[in-house]
Amino acid sequence: MAGSTEVSTTTTSQPATADISRWRRARARIEHGLRPWRRANPGARYLVIAGAAITLLFAFLAVFADTVAPFGEDQYCADEFFNPENGACIGVGPDEQVPNRAPPSTEYPFGTTDTRFDVLSRVILGARLAFAVVAFSTAFAMLIGVPLGLFSGYIGGRFDRVMVLVMDAIYAFPSLLLAIMIAFALGLRLEQLGIDAPFVPAAVSVGTVYIPQYFRVIRNHTLSVKEEPYVEAAKSLGASRTSIVFRYVFFNVVSSIPVLFTLNAADAVLTMAGLGFLGYGVRFPTAEWGLDVSLALADSVAGFWWTAFWPGVAITLLVTGLSLMGEGLNDIINPLLRVKGYRGKAKASARETMKLAGDREPAGATSRAEAGA
Amino acid sequence: MATTKPGGSGLGKYVLVRLALAPVFLLLLLTLLFVLLRILPGDIVTASLAGRASEERIEAAREAAGIDRPIGVQYVEYLSNIVTGDFGEPLTDPRPVGELVADLLPATIELTVFAMLIAIPLGILLGAVSARFRDTPLDGAARLFGIVSFSIPVFWLGIQAQLVFSVWNDWLPTGNRISARIAPVDGPTGFYLIDGVLASNGEFTLTALEHLILPGATLGLVISGVFVRLVRVNMLQTLRADYVESAHARGVGERPVLFRHAFKNALVPVITIMGLQFALLLGGAILTETTFSWPGIGLKLVDFINARDYVGVQSLVTVIAILIVSVSVVIDIINGLIDPRVRY
Repeated sequence: MAGSTEVSTTTTSQPATADISRWRRARARIEHGLRPWRRANPGARYLVIAGAAITLLFAFLAVFADTVAPFGEDQYCADEFFNPENGACIGVGPDEQVPNRAPPSTEYPFGTTDTRFDVLSRVILGARLAFAVVAFSTAFAMLIGVPLGLFSGYIGGRFDRVMVLVMDAIYAFPSLLLAIMIAFALGLRLEQLGIDAPFVPAAVSVGTVYIPQYFRVIRNHTLSVKEEPYVEAAKSLGASRTSIVFRYVFFNVVSSIPVLFTLNAADAVLTMAGLGFLGYGVRFPTAEWGLDVSLALADSVAGFWWTAFWPGVAITLLVTGLSLMGEGLNDIINPLLRVKGYRGKAKASARETMKLAGDREPAGATSRAEAGA
Repeated sequence: MATTKPGGSGLGKYVLVRLALAPVFLLLLLTLLFVLLRILPGDIVTASLAGRASEERIEAAREAAGIDRPIGVQYVEYLSNIVTGDFGEPLTDPRPVGELVADLLPATIELTVFAMLIAIPLGILLGAVSARFRDTPLDGAARLFGIVSFSIPVFWLGIQAQLVFSVWNDWLPTGNRISARIAPVDGPTGFYLIDGVLASNGEFTLTALEHLILPGATLGLVISGVFVRLVRVNMLQTLRADYVESAHARGVGERPVLFRHAFKNALVPVITIMGLQFALLLGGAILTETTFSWPGIGLKLVDFINARDYVGVQSLVTVIAILIVSVSVVIDIINGLIDPRVRY
């Protein structure tokens, strides 16, 4: 955990100029950070590499979406006639427009929709929204869940007990249902207040779903870390509670976050797609994969397969990529938990507190299937 | 882990504690729901009905929903109504919620059970194979199946299934529980398959089954991945346990060790998760029901949401919360019966 011992041996054994010593120190840090990766079995490394490759591909598409996508999300004619300001095609007859429901061809590789939009472009532009939701929702969940978990675990007592109960109640509820409810209530309120922000309810609700997981993992880790000698030392030196929590405890519990982050990201993409499918994501014509699949439902029943097919492939691929990465990272960072599984552990301890199931709760991504339901 | 008492003397206490804790947890869950739906200022009933109902109608609905009273009073009313079995009157459905649920729940249960009948054997088979042939290509394939199967959005898989089995090949119907051409059977259970058999109406039963296959298989396939992962992990864990090693040392063959020793013990935690899954799906297999227009709780909830029926959403979600807590209590008790180590 603490890399300081290794760093000091490297530097003291080689007295050199300040520059070299800094460089060596940095190298030693990197070496230390990479150690789990070197020691991990090849299977786990392949998982991470494959997952990262898929995720990076989509990240690339998301960042350069405007350049890569041949059309805009609501563009239904060639660029020279299109006015991106109001999304209208000026002076163009139906014959010059993008054809309606054209099957995949060299010109429109993924086909076109009944609203004359290019499916390929919408799939590419949809990546932007997927990443936006992941970024926003996980940041939201972390900003609330991590400090709460830190303080709850560190302070303990009644505050901790109440927090654990509340988080368990949130966690016990099916995540998609929770997300739908929050999106519903928040959407109604925003509308009532005259605020037009269709993306916000979905992103907030997806984020809320993951708060208990961050809380749980951070709290449990904090409980064990706070007994460590260096925390005691800091305490005896008169460090304040806030500085102990954020300087000493925090940096020793952050190692649990990357795994949780990738797995939640995968889940978030799915949950957002589910919300989008139900009409709680963004407003048409914004490109969002879940919304696009729902818009294509009628097409599909009529036999036009391509409008629903491609956005779904995009969801599946990105979620698979993120999950592979999460699984692999989990194997590498938490070899001990590999068998137990931190998700199962989180659930197990949640239920222990409720005195519901003892400590034999198994591993497993139980919350996953909810998103799929 | 709690100390094991031979003879299961802890069972009675275990069951009692479970039963006593359930209402506490339920209260917490319901409070959470109440807060969630009211956390922001404003009048949600007016918002729900705005532009669709007259002033008097809105006023009456506000009155009925008790929205104009102080929040504390509303909270007490909400809870006391639940205790007396009054789950409220949705704004957009003439039936009270109790009746509504009685109509919709069998459809949801039928779908869930069918999905489980596919997911559980598939999950156990693939999971066991995966653990037995650990780190072989077979294991890799099973693990990949586990990951990909939950990465697939169930609604998308459903649409693809409809395309292949209904649109391109006229093998199965695309949605609903029963065909409109079939005379309805008024059975005592509400489960079409059982009612059809009870009424010895072969055509009805068969049509109901036909309608069940696509949504059930789609949902089953998607949740099976969770079971594959779960069974695999638990098998690996038990294969490492002392009693398995000692069985090996005694010269017990690979197969008996696997099936008689490891398998049974690996299954106990799996049962818990299956039960939890089941409870969660009762909360409406929302996306599956929407995709296949399956008239269950999930579809009705989506209807309420689309109609912006705030009262309907709150009541239905309350019922779902009660269902989930009850099922998980039952599972915990079953678990206590199976495995003495779970008890106190």
